[in-house]
Amino acid sequence: MEVLRYKYPAKRHVTHRAHVGVVGSGDLEVLFEPSTDQDAHVLVTTSVDGFATIWKNVLDRFFGRYDYVASIEINDFGATPGTVMLRLEQAAEASQA
Amino acid sequence: MMIRQSFIEMNARERAAALLDPASFRELLGPFERIKSPWLPLQGIVAQADDGVVLGRGLIDGRSAFVASIEGAFQGGSMGEVSGAKIAAALELARRDCERGRPILPLLLFETGGVRLQEANLGLAAIAEIHAGIIAVREFVPVVGVVAGVVGCFGGMSLAAALCTRLIVTRQARLAMNGPEVIEQEAGIGELDAADRALIWKLMGGEQRYATGFADDLVDDDAAAIATAVRWAVAMGVEAEPRSRQISQYMARLAAIDAQHPPTPVALRRLWQTDPVA
Repeated sequence: MEVLRYKYPAKRHVTHRAHVGVVGSGDLEVLFEPSTDQDAHVLVTTSVDGFATIWKNVLDRFFGRYDYVASIEINDFGATPGTVMLRLEQAAEASQA
Repeated sequence: MMIRQSFIEMNARERAAALLDPASFRELLGPFERIKSPWLPLQGIVAQADDGVVLGRGLIDGRSAFVASIEGAFQGGSMGEVSGAKIAAALELARRDCERGRPILPLLLFETGGVRLQEANLGLAAIAEIHAGIIAVREFVPVVGVVAGVVGCFGGMSLAAALCTRLIVTRQARLAMNGPEVIEQEAGIGELDAADRALIWKLMGGEQRYATGFADDLVDDDAAAIATAVRWAVAMGVEAEPRSRQISQYMARLAAIDAQHPPTPVALRRLWQTDPVA
């Protein structure tokens, strides 16, 4: 198990919090809520060690597209980067609903 | 035409909302409260923000209800200190409200392998509290349980399911004290081949459990059908003589079985078929 933290500059306002996914095999849960300061913060807890670079790549891509001032907690159980991206987009969409 | 909506494919939160009256589900101790297992991370296991139990208030046919829905995809739906305490506390609060003349219908959605081994005694203690909670509250209101699958319901939680006033199962459900893998591991492959799916469902599948009187309703994997079955079960009211009190009948049934030559699943159905009400 590994815990990773990331910070991104962001502009878009988050109105609602959103929760998607399950900490089940090949999946992850995302807790998406407004950040308490001016930056976006991501806290990743993952069951698979040694993938910090890939996590950063996925998050760079996400925040490149959706620069939400969000506080994001990810609890991961071996999801692929594609699944991670889908869940992040799903959470972002749900937070705007 | 109505299109069938698979209940089994829903996650625990979707299941909880699907069985209550439309738009009445209000979650309690949700994921943002972050009441999660303190023990799993110490053992290098990622915890889930709601510890795998979705708890909520809502309505069933306009009557006040609470639902506890276990997430089978998280740690096999296992009961730890927190997840178990969420269910036990809800049952306890429901009993108190019932005693004060404010009946609350408990609805329990089982999808669980039983105790969470990483939390051992704490999980077992919580399961015992759940048993006591069901027995206390079922005096006032019917406790309705659902085992849909695909995890099924095993271990101490199979006893919790058995204590419910009414139990609803699907064909995909399994209900047993020991799971097939545990039996194979403990007694050998000669006793049970855990890979033989057809045999396992014949022994402990929903259809067999219904045919032998351990479940009260057998329904399709359809959210609307299960919601209807829940309302039917609630309408039946409390049970004066629940299964767990029919001790002499079950003792006599067991005494009539020759353990050296156990009956086949089909023969057991004939032996244990529940007698039609006269």
